[in-house]
Amino acid sequence: MLEQIAFFVLSALALVSAVLVITRRSAVHSAMWLIVTLFSVGGIFLMLHAEFLFAVQVILYVGGIMVLFLFVVMLVNLDVAAKQAQFNRQWQVALVVTVVLMAELGYGIFHGHEGLPPAATTPLTGGNTQAVALALYRNFMLPVEIASIMLLVAMVGAVIMAKRKME
Amino acid sequence: MIPTYWYLLLGTALFTVGVIGVLTRRNVIIILMSIELILNAVNINLVAFSQHFQSIDGQVFALFVITDAAAEAAVGLGLIIALFRNKETVNADEIDLLKW
Repeated sequence: MLEQIAFFVLSALALVSAVLVITRRSAVHSAMWLIVTLFSVGGIFLMLHAEFLFAVQVILYVGGIMVLFLFVVMLVNLDVAAKQAQFNRQWQVALVVTVVLMAELGYGIFHGHEGLPPAATTPLTGGNTQAVALALYRNFMLPVEIASIMLLVAMVGAVIMAKRKME
Repeated sequence: MIPTYWYLLLGTALFTVGVIGVLTRRNVIIILMSIELILNAVNINLVAFSQHFQSIDGQVFALFVITDAAAEAAVGLGLIIALFRNKETVNADEIDLLKW
């Protein structure tokens, strides 16, 4: 019972703040509401016994990516854009199409979930962080290296993009 | 015990909100934030299935998605700064340099 209440509170928080993210006029307000959404999703991770991902979500998303967003919001002059129209011309069509997409997906999941294979009965042993680390450095060694190269390329790319003048 | 498909429905709803944000907003920074919402919805699905099958692979994949989100945010925000320096606008429908 308590678990259901926690799930509904976290889901409602995530969805309401997500809607506020895409409707606010000021980009700073959007960023603040996005932080609320990210924390709620982190809470959902905790409910799913993914403690390491919760820590990564808080440190990397809320602490890293959102600070980057706020820096850019302050570097770019948004005063002009805040006075203009916030939604583009095709927003009604986009809204209808996306709501139809959600209805299809929701219908499929709601009526098709009996087809899901039964849940595993043998629980994972050991701590969550230990399990993630063992999987990362045993089975996923090559993907970890590829991800590190991708981060390096992204870092160089971001510096090149933001540079004032190409020499 | 919460059924797995509740998490999938939550992921669907969050994904839809993100797609609406990408398709309707004009501000490029908020479009990037909506992409972060979409990636979070994907992560909820991955972790829910990781719990459902008691396999750690879903969580590892979610970790890679977070890495990807960080790289995407860095490059995207660099692009926005370069764009603002050249065009003095952050509206997606005013960036039409390649349109003839």
